Amino acid sequence: MCLGIPARVLELYETNGMKMAKVDFGGAVKEACMEYLPEVKIGDYTLIHVGFGLSIIDEQEAMETLELLRQIEEMGADEEAPS
Amino acid sequence: MRYLDEYRDADLTRKLLSDLQTIVTQPWTIMEVCGGQTHSIIRSGLDQLLPAEINLVHGPGCPVCVTPLELVDKAIALASRPDVIFASYGDMLRVPGSTRDLFAVKATGGDIRIVYSPLDALKIAVDNPDKTVVFFAIGFETTAPANAMAVLQAHSQGIQNFAVLVSHVIVPAAITALMESPDVRVDGFLAAGHVCTVMGFWEYEPLAKKYQVPIVVTGFEPVDIVHGLLECVRHLESGQSQVANAYARSVTREGNQPAQAMIARVFGLCDRAWRGIGVIPQSGYQLRPEYASFDAEVRFPELKSIETKESELCISGLVLQGIRKPVDCPAFGQECTPQMPLGATMVSSEGTCAAYFRYGRT
Repeated sequence: MCLGIPARVLELYETNGMKMAKVDFGGAVKEACMEYLPEVKIGDYTLIHVGFGLSIIDEQEAMETLELLRQIEEMGADEEAPS
Repeated sequence: MRYLDEYRDADLTRKLLSDLQTIVTQPWTIMEVCGGQTHSIIRSGLDQLLPAEINLVHGPGCPVCVTPLELVDKAIALASRPDVIFASYGDMLRVPGSTRDLFAVKATGGDIRIVYSPLDALKIAVDNPDKTVVFFAIGFETTAPANAMAVLQAHSQGIQNFAVLVSHVIVPAAITALMESPDVRVDGFLAAGHVCTVMGFWEYEPLAKKYQVPIVVTGFEPVDIVHGLLECVRHLESGQSQVANAYARSVTREGNQPAQAMIARVFGLCDRAWRGIGVIPQSGYQLRPEYASFDAEVRFPELKSIETKESELCISGLVLQGIRKPVDCPAFGQECTPQMPLGATMVSSEGTCAAYFRYGRT
């Protein structure tokens, strides 16, 4: 129910006074409401839930988190390596 | 797909699991609140790969599961009316009511439409001016901004033949109820990442302090979930009880403020009954008085007199509170299957019993 899926914004426009977008879910293109993401730009990756953009995925945070998790990975590997 | 594949990386997940094994020294019971996380955990087999010290229990974060029987019966009564088109997210259709489900109503000619978004239900109302379109507005805080927008649009566009049957619940009140219950023992929580995408996580800080439990905002893919568990166990092992954010690519402390403003504009807090658990004070949303004309329970006052009858075998209330697991239920996989469910937890794509059944945890 609270499923949120990343999608890339392809196009922005207005319908009935609402900010709308065409978004690309890795090949499937659908419409989503962007009223809750006033700063969204074409090309942004957004998290879509029941047809609404809820967040712009923060690329920097994403990269830093993965980097951090991979570092933990390397530290773990070092510890396990025979001396 | 970017932002999905890298969080499903099996090698990274395995390494994080081994790191978890390194830091855990004693038994911990950790609850993932959200049913979407439960399914991800069982689907990916994480439950079978975790260190033996970690007991993962599954929480009440499945809106389909906690929608009270009375509202399911009201939905069935509305969907049976010839003057109503009933619109719902698909998961609700197989949820057992007192005597039948919405699929049975559809099979006997009820006009029930499965929609992906509440805006789709609004469009059905525009296209069918001679019928009343009732949308089953269920969900946690994640879904509330969407459902609020549909009501506001109906209001501003003057779409009078649109109404909502509201069953909105909120996570912090559920965590409070669980921690206050003498039967529930949880050492730490994985908070639902998409609820926090909307609401932020500031609301959880007083809860973590009051109940001395770490609460870690967690995403939905295997790497995210093990990341959340690592943070949670790190806090537990060092005796800390704070809120941490393991889903920073989507969640900020303050959350999505325009979405919160829309929720506050359309909905107010109210007591809500949770199926299998009971009434939790101030645990849900209802429409504000200025939008009451869009409330299906106001528009169809005859709904008030519904009598309900719950299955005597089903223990879904205990499953939803993490007190029992599905395999503890004698009906699991016997009298109760996804094809013939006794309780909503066996139905939903977020229900714990459905996850256990589907992925063979018998």
